[in-house]
Amino acid sequence: MNENIETKKEDKIEEKKTKDMDKENESQLMVEERNIVVPGELLAEGIDFLPGHGSFKENGEIRSKILGLAKIKEHLISVVPLSGTYIPLTGDGVIGVVSGVHISSWLIDINSPYIGFMPLSESTEEFVDLERSDITDYFDIGDVVYARINRVTKRKDVQISMKDRMCRKLHGGNMIRITPAKVPRLIGRSGSMIEMIKKKTGCHIIVGQNGLVWVKGEKENLAAEAVLTVERESHTEGLTDRIEKMLEKATGKKDSGEGVVKNE
Amino acid sequence: MSEEKLIKNDIRPDGRKLDEMREMEARAGVIDRADGSGYFRLGNTIAVAAVYGPKELHPKHLVDPVKAYVKCRYNMAPFSTSDRIRPGPNRRSTEISKVIKDALSSVIFLKEYPETSIEIFIEILQADASTRCVGLNAASIALADAGIPMKDLVTSCAAGKVEGTMILDVAGIEDCEGEVDLPIAYVPRKNEIYLLQMDGIINKDELKKGIEMAIKGCKVIYEKQKEALKNRYAKKGVDKK
Repeated sequence: MNENIETKKEDKIEEKKTKDMDKENESQLMVEERNIVVPGELLAEGIDFLPGHGSFKENGEIRSKILGLAKIKEHLISVVPLSGTYIPLTGDGVIGVVSGVHISSWLIDINSPYIGFMPLSESTEEFVDLERSDITDYFDIGDVVYARINRVTKRKDVQISMKDRMCRKLHGGNMIRITPAKVPRLIGRSGSMIEMIKKKTGCHIIVGQNGLVWVKGEKENLAAEAVLTVERESHTEGLTDRIEKMLEKATGKKDSGEGVVKNE
Repeated sequence: MSEEKLIKNDIRPDGRKLDEMREMEARAGVIDRADGSGYFRLGNTIAVAAVYGPKELHPKHLVDPVKAYVKCRYNMAPFSTSDRIRPGPNRRSTEISKVIKDALSSVIFLKEYPETSIEIFIEILQADASTRCVGLNAASIALADAGIPMKDLVTSCAAGKVEGTMILDVAGIEDCEGEVDLPIAYVPRKNEIYLLQMDGIINKDELKKGIEMAIKGCKVIYEKQKEALKNRYAKKGVDKK
């Protein structure tokens, strides 16, 4: 889903680029992949490069907006953030806490400066007679939910939906808060890191794009420790192997495979 | 007052040359629970800054539907000077908070976070002249550390006039006995000045020279700030490919 949006963005920029082709300029790349860059740092010069997420263009120069790692994808130069708050994006799966109940809607705290709004129509398929029933039977203040972000307006009004395969109320377990910028690292390439932690600890783990992680199982503490270690050392290399070793040492088993919880 | 001169043969009371700065130290990520934090020391002046946000803005009447609102608090710790300072905001700290806020607001991409607030807290732990400059330098590091998008880092440095001579980075006795104090905030990349304050009597040429000197100082500080931010992640020795 996210990838789709990104490619669309890229296409748009591509179009713009061809328009700008008239101007002649020599293009030059000033940074290498995964270099640490600071706000205002020069990333590239000339018309052959385009600013992606975390960078901006000014007077034909591409500069970083944030502190992060430079990422070069052909002509698109972006910066991967190392910190920052969560800003809702359409299609994101998030973990939220119900913080308010209205007549036919809920307010959901999604660990962001913006509050999520969930209307009754987005929360359940069944018919609800508002005159006879109390909607707190469905969700009440303090309930934790895994939900999907349906729509984000320009003014950052966020609509949340439970109409998705994975969306549900989360019972029990523990919640950990990590920096939202580190979520992609915790999930790993096509889920490699999080699947490994799930397998080794035998816990249910759900990761919200907003930096909230829900853990439930016998070895909750161990799983939480692993998650926090990933957050702390996210910018280092060979992390998956180290976490794997750490978990093997703690569980005393080598590749147990027992009690594996799938489909999370 | 004694007739003895403060500056003899272009050497200042603390042994520096006219355009020499005090030694400095910069660090990022010094406060665990803040979203971003910075530490800056210039000689004996020490500032720590913490940044929180973007977060929901209260009170609601301050909400701007198209951009973020910057809150800034500059505070001198009661123990930061030789005479104890009465805790709490005063006329001076309110003014400094305001000018720092304005300087930083002009580099932040405020439109990326409508209806939110970005909170900056600057604490002066030890004061020995140019506290607003050091505070601003620390705040700039803290903002970058918090992952807030900015056009560039803001750097700040002061020049001054003592016994008719222009000097860079006023400190100690020069601050008490000097005629002019001239702090500026400067963005090296765009060659723009975002803060310029002055008190005392000065002529046009001296002012120009003072600003030039301060800009030179800012460029040195800029490198320190960048180094501090890069070290925050590279220090653990794992950034290598």
